[in-house]
Amino acid sequence: MRLTINGTPRDYTGDPAQPLLWYLRDELALTGTKFGCGISACGACTVHIDGKPATSCVVPMSTLENKAIITIEGLSDAGDHPVQQAWAAANVPQCGYCQSGQIMAAAALLKAKPKPNEADIDAAMSGVICRCGTYSRIREAIKNAAGMGSTTTAGAR
Amino acid sequence: MTQPTLPWLDRNNTRNSKRAELNEGLDRRDFLTRLAATGFVLAISASGISCLGDSASSSTNTDGSFEPSVFLRIGNDGLVTIIVHRSEMGQGVRTGLAMAMADELEADWSMVRLEQAVGDSKYGDQNTDGSTSVRNGGWLKFRQAGAAARAMLEQAAAAEWGVPRSDVKSANGQVTHAASNRTLGYGALAARASTLDVPTDAPLKTPDQYRFIGKTVASLDLNAMITGKAKYAQDMAMDGMRIAVIQRPPVYGSKVAKFDASAAMAVPGVVKVIEVPAAEIPAGFKPLGGVAVLATSTWAAIEGRKKLSIEWTASPNDSYDCVEYRKELEGSVRADGNVVRNLGDVYKAIDGAAKKVSAEYYVPHLAHAPMEPPAALANYAAGKCEVWACTQDPQTARSAVANIVGLKDANVTVNVTLLGGAFGRKSKPDFIAEAAYLSKEMKTPVKVVWTREDDIQNGYPHTVSMQRLEAGLDANGKIVGLLHRVASPPIGSTFSGTDEYHSEGELALGVLDLPYAIPNVRVEACKAPAHTRIGWYRSVSNIPHAYAIGCFMDELARAAGRDPIEFLIDALGGDRKIDMTATGAVKPVDNYGAKWEDHPNDTARHRGVLERVRDESGWGSKLPAGEGRGVAVHRSFLTYVAAVVRVKVARDGTVTVPRVDIAMDCGFAVHPERVRSQCEGAVVMALSNTMESALTYARGRAVQSNYADYRVLRMAGAPKEIRVHLVESGGPMGGVGEPGVPPVGAAFANAVVAATHQLPHRTERS
Repeated sequence: MRLTINGTPRDYTGDPAQPLLWYLRDELALTGTKFGCGISACGACTVHIDGKPATSCVVPMSTLENKAIITIEGLSDAGDHPVQQAWAAANVPQCGYCQSGQIMAAAALLKAKPKPNEADIDAAMSGVICRCGTYSRIREAIKNAAGMGSTTTAGAR
Repeated sequence: MTQPTLPWLDRNNTRNSKRAELNEGLDRRDFLTRLAATGFVLAISASGISCLGDSASSSTNTDGSFEPSVFLRIGNDGLVTIIVHRSEMGQGVRTGLAMAMADELEADWSMVRLEQAVGDSKYGDQNTDGSTSVRNGGWLKFRQAGAAARAMLEQAAAAEWGVPRSDVKSANGQVTHAASNRTLGYGALAARASTLDVPTDAPLKTPDQYRFIGKTVASLDLNAMITGKAKYAQDMAMDGMRIAVIQRPPVYGSKVAKFDASAAMAVPGVVKVIEVPAAEIPAGFKPLGGVAVLATSTWAAIEGRKKLSIEWTASPNDSYDCVEYRKELEGSVRADGNVVRNLGDVYKAIDGAAKKVSAEYYVPHLAHAPMEPPAALANYAAGKCEVWACTQDPQTARSAVANIVGLKDANVTVNVTLLGGAFGRKSKPDFIAEAAYLSKEMKTPVKVVWTREDDIQNGYPHTVSMQRLEAGLDANGKIVGLLHRVASPPIGSTFSGTDEYHSEGELALGVLDLPYAIPNVRVEACKAPAHTRIGWYRSVSNIPHAYAIGCFMDELARAAGRDPIEFLIDALGGDRKIDMTATGAVKPVDNYGAKWEDHPNDTARHRGVLERVRDESGWGSKLPAGEGRGVAVHRSFLTYVAAVVRVKVARDGTVTVPRVDIAMDCGFAVHPERVRSQCEGAVVMALSNTMESALTYARGRAVQSNYADYRVLRMAGAPKEIRVHLVESGGPMGGVGEPGVPPVGAAFANAVVAATHQLPHRTERS
């Protein structure tokens, strides 16, 4: 079967039941997409499939014929996607492990809804757990990426 | 109104207690960069400087002696490589220590690179634990090394130009002789500087001269983390590597009786099934044992494991059941325990009190659940073993690996990757020893991958705790006596089968260092045998202790009819440094390894953080119906923190947290931006602990298995607003990573009480 990963066509001949996550990580060495739970409960493995966010740990390869996958490595050429820039400006990451998933979820949210409200952010982002607790900075960064400024006070001075 | 159902808010009705009972990574690219560096490099440590050749591995001093401690290297390309010996797990230590070094060195920040140290005693203590990495691990050491190097570079430049040392000046990576308008970069001076003696008296900057310290500096790992390039242990790979997933015993102390691997071996990609020997319990840092499935892919290993058929031996912990165990702990705290502090006569004081209050507080087991489950890659070959692991403690990992594969420490190399969260879990090297064992057996590199289920069910749970507090108030609402009993399995039980009482060391985490001026105090440790491994988890026993004391002080304030913050400040008994030798403690009270004279228990600093959150949080202003604020204060890891949590309780009992204010006095914030984010994270973790999380056992087995049932806060449930207030008291420097956690749980619970105008469970009053 054929699919594209970050714009590169790929032929997949392996186990059709294998989730996309392990194809990315083990076979393509695209380790920016993280393993956190294996049951779509934490969102660390979030990628875009045909532009929509998906938890790659539960997406079997068999469902991906002709699909276009974008991972964190393919989100931007120079790490300068507006969401990545907003993440840097807000100093979001602590340990960093979940941040690929957070950024991919946020980028998908802003694509679907360029001016999200609080409830939109809650709905789009609650699938991605951050155990370091960077949520308030993520919220601020999403608003900034959307050009909405922010009234929240992550890192209040 | 429906009462909120929150695990910890299940305070007991304590009326049954009878008075009679009362009498009782190395990143590969970094490595290649290092080898590629040409010419001499300047390498400096706290204890000296060495002249190195092309390779950093040939570290011989000019006097021929071996230089054991190396934190800094300046190449003739001008790159400043700072070697960080503590593990990065989100607390920002790599950037924080680099800031301290680079500031004193007067480095050009754009030329600073980081290298993660391997586990080696030459770096001093590398255990990234106890919120020590800046205050003990590098604050002084890294600044001294930077200052010494700067002095030598200036001296080298002066010699080069034949001018007096006092006429040259270094700044931003270069040395200048203003009179002759000459300038040389640090790279050009490295070779000459490396021939000089290391000054032991290089002056440190005064705070007004700081360029990086105390300023906002972006993390040096930021770009890698937002582009997916940052490497964690789960991401490690090697040619010929096999991936192992291990089925470990479902009950602590059980072992493999027999197993059938045939179905697992039939899974495509599975290459071998091996039994991992189980340590005798208490298992300490040793692997729990089990059956490992080794495969060419992670997916095959996971699928293969599902096909294993294993019979387990019986264990003494087969009947561990948290519902029954809680009753056992209740019985334990309702009877005499071992007296560890006895000041005055608590029974007489409470008997004669105008008001008596008692309550019991239960805190369940908690799991670390770092986003990156434990993982380690090991390569045992040619009598050596090299591992790459997300470890907080590479030296202990080194010994654990050496021990399990039968090598000397010198033949084991532990490379430290980034840690995708850790919170204490990754200071235990069991998972690294597993990888080393399997690599030796397989004769290939092996990466052991823990799944989330493994992490939740076979980890080192935080202790479970039952505490009973009784107090008497006089007619003016002043506390005249306090009895505090603690039943909580000790961490020591993981290492010694005879430890059944919370130790004095654990009770020093918030109980024996109680700051309140109460004339009669009795603390007792009550029996609590462990039935699982018990580990330390971010802020350790401060979690249950601060929770119980913080909630109880709030109940006492209510009983006294006082504002909680005023009551707490009054209870501190005025500004004083508590004489910790006169508290009635049976043994000297530990102070996070520091001396009390250096880091006194200072009630002025407790008061300072309380007043700051009071002033910043809108304390006392009117809130809508169904909302409430709660407060708590706690000193831990030599740092003082107070929190005001505001909650909203909906009619259906759902609790949300619109806002948290947290004030921290850590003395001085080296990396204030990260201190703030650590406080924000501590708030979220503490609220997860209190609102969502509980690890329970039935039939000896962990009931929860993944984030679906081991719940933690997500975006929608997290506070919408967290305000961090740093209190610059100028006091001695404390820790940062952990101290934000302890007071938040009690502040939350007290806010729920304030919002609902009733205690979740009745508390005894008379």
